[in-house]
Amino acid sequence: MRSTQRVAISVAVVGLVTAGLSSCSASSGGSSGGSKTLNVLMVNNPQMEALKKVTPEFTKATGIKVNFKDLPENDLRSTAATEFAQQAGQYDLATLSNFEIPIYAKKGWVADLTKDTTDAKSTWNGQSFDQSDILKPMAESLTVNNKIYGEPFYGESSFLMYRKDLFKAAGLTMPANPTWQQVAGFAAKLKKGSTAGICLRGAVGWGEVMAPLTTVVNTFGGTWFDKDWNAQVNTGGFAKATNFYVDLVKKYGEPGAAQAGFTECDNAMIQGQAAMWYDATSAAGTLVSSKYGSDIGYAPAPVDQTKSSGWLYTWAWGVESASKKKDAAWKFISWASGKDYLSTVGGRTGTGMGWANVPAGARTSLYSNPNYLKVASSFAQPTLAAINSADPNNTGRTNHPPVPGIQFVDVAEFTDFGQKVSQEISNAIAGSTSVSSALNASQSIAQDGVKAYKK
Amino acid sequence: MTTASLDPSGAVAAPTAPPGADPETKRRARREGWKRRLPLMPAFIFVVIMTQLPFLATIFISFSNWTAFSGNKGFAGLDNFKTVFQDSDARSAVITTIELTVLVVLISLVFGIGIALLLDRTFRGRGIVRTMMIAPFLIVPEAAALVWKHALFNVQSGLFNGLITQFYNWFGLKNPPQPDWITSHPLGTIVTALVWQWTPFMMLIMLAGLQGRPMDIIEAAQVDGANTWQIFTKMTLPHMRRYIELAGLLGAIYIVQNFEYVYTITSGGQNTANLPYYIQQTFFAGTGEYGVASAAGVVVVIGTIIIATFALRTVLSVLKEES
Repeated sequence: MRSTQRVAISVAVVGLVTAGLSSCSASSGGSSGGSKTLNVLMVNNPQMEALKKVTPEFTKATGIKVNFKDLPENDLRSTAATEFAQQAGQYDLATLSNFEIPIYAKKGWVADLTKDTTDAKSTWNGQSFDQSDILKPMAESLTVNNKIYGEPFYGESSFLMYRKDLFKAAGLTMPANPTWQQVAGFAAKLKKGSTAGICLRGAVGWGEVMAPLTTVVNTFGGTWFDKDWNAQVNTGGFAKATNFYVDLVKKYGEPGAAQAGFTECDNAMIQGQAAMWYDATSAAGTLVSSKYGSDIGYAPAPVDQTKSSGWLYTWAWGVESASKKKDAAWKFISWASGKDYLSTVGGRTGTGMGWANVPAGARTSLYSNPNYLKVASSFAQPTLAAINSADPNNTGRTNHPPVPGIQFVDVAEFTDFGQKVSQEISNAIAGSTSVSSALNASQSIAQDGVKAYKK
Repeated sequence: MTTASLDPSGAVAAPTAPPGADPETKRRARREGWKRRLPLMPAFIFVVIMTQLPFLATIFISFSNWTAFSGNKGFAGLDNFKTVFQDSDARSAVITTIELTVLVVLISLVFGIGIALLLDRTFRGRGIVRTMMIAPFLIVPEAAALVWKHALFNVQSGLFNGLITQFYNWFGLKNPPQPDWITSHPLGTIVTALVWQWTPFMMLIMLAGLQGRPMDIIEAAQVDGANTWQIFTKMTLPHMRRYIELAGLLGAIYIVQNFEYVYTITSGGQNTANLPYYIQQTFFAGTGEYGVASAAGVVVVIGTIIIATFALRTVLSVLKEES
């Protein structure tokens, strides 16, 4: 009898200890290593897994060893911010997005790479890096005051994916440049039983619901802030676009929209539960091998008042200003973002490898590569067109804040106030609050978020 | 507490050094004691470093004006704590945390007692059934949360709605309802998933308690004509009181800290953000509010220590009763 009591207590205590241990798994950064060792901080996406696997080839060619520290996106952001703000010198380079690079460049945290891009001798194989091959909007989104601060590893825009077979069966045709009103009309006709008319993100997150919604806001003529940092969230185009978006997803969108993000919509599309999906161009690679892959067509991001409305996002390499191994870091960038890299991973199979999964959206030459076009013929041109029509410095708005960014406002505070606003919008999609009260709450959240900039 | 358990000299040295022994024997005994303790010291120091230093650092940071973007700008006084208590998000996180903890602890306790009563009887395959009942507690919370969100609650591909459809098909009915579980009951779904994970823990402790019942007295009560309900309420429950307190308090300590379910199932939407989620959000916020996040962390630790004090007192009283 006593022993059972003791067992109960020891079970409880063991539970406590293991739970305690698992919650405090600390992580330490890479060691500094020798002069021929680079420390790289990066996001743990599949393409980066592939990069890790083929890096020994780079080491063999150059003698430069590479230590990787890979983290999930949120942790990467926080670690990179601390590392670059303090110029701690623990990492030589990092994957930063076009959200971080302009902010870091203005603070002087990332090194200017302009000279390197023109000097063939500084690359890993002594051949030209061919900066002009980098897609122009990508290059621009990583350029501040005419200086290059980052090179894209891969990038994406957004477009509309739709089921050609369902369109045909319903007697509908997708126009070459659909408007949001047309898309709403199609969604109404295509919603049948368990098939949603359109899948749109509704999940909490500045990188979830706010990304597609902000592109809709742009094309409806709305803006987060005006030139003087006055929040414009509960009025004009922002309010019109949000009402439209929430209404569309509630009426013809996927069930459970308030929890649906990229992954959920991707699944819905793969399982044939959605007739249309407006999201990242990088999604096409995941759809192409699915059951309905050959039935999927691609149209430009729907518009309202602007000519185009796709977003722009890239994971790019940035070199820390304090790094003492800038030359080696550039050699690595010229390899990883170089032309040869695509065939290095294209011909293989594995996580993030194979031609359908090569880091796309960074170099023009990929879009004339026959190996790539063999698997990506249906979405390669639409992707290229979407990226080329995205302008990070001019989204079509006339009255916009003095920072770049299409699906985000390029200030450090955005990840915070964008997240809080996304909760309000998600609640409106869930129906637990009205759009107008969600927007009123968002207005003061947004205004609070930029109080440091407002004069 | 730690030093007491690491100090074998009390038990070991006593026989070699009887009272009134000469100083030489005492000294030898002490040396003997240290010899025995020495191999344990690295582990002891390691534990102190690993557990106490990060906590001290957190307290230190909670008083500093430190963000990822501006760097550390020195002493902030109580400003971070003020921010935590004034922020409406933080206040709603406190309320959600309390709701979540109370609901999960109470419901899983009731289930735990019920299942323990069933498993207390002897039947064939009892060992297997017990092991299976414990399984949910052993599953990694993040994995369990993903299963609940995508495989069970999902409107389109979830098991629950699939079962409803199947049920309707059997009876030839059309248009089965397809409830959107997470959107219509955001907190309810998190509570359900947590109850599933924590019921086994409660059950284990209840089972141990049940098996510690003095059966002869219960048999005597049966002979005296007490019915099952009377035996349960008048004898079993009072006997179980300490076990219920222990399970409830230990469960509460861990459910307060739960992060995975909130993060995975709703991402804190629709007022389901609890304190750990709020801390994570503050830490990863645009400018990386390290000071404020640490202050929120310290507030949670203080709250948890208050609960833990009660828990430890209960554990000690159970141990005392034993001896």
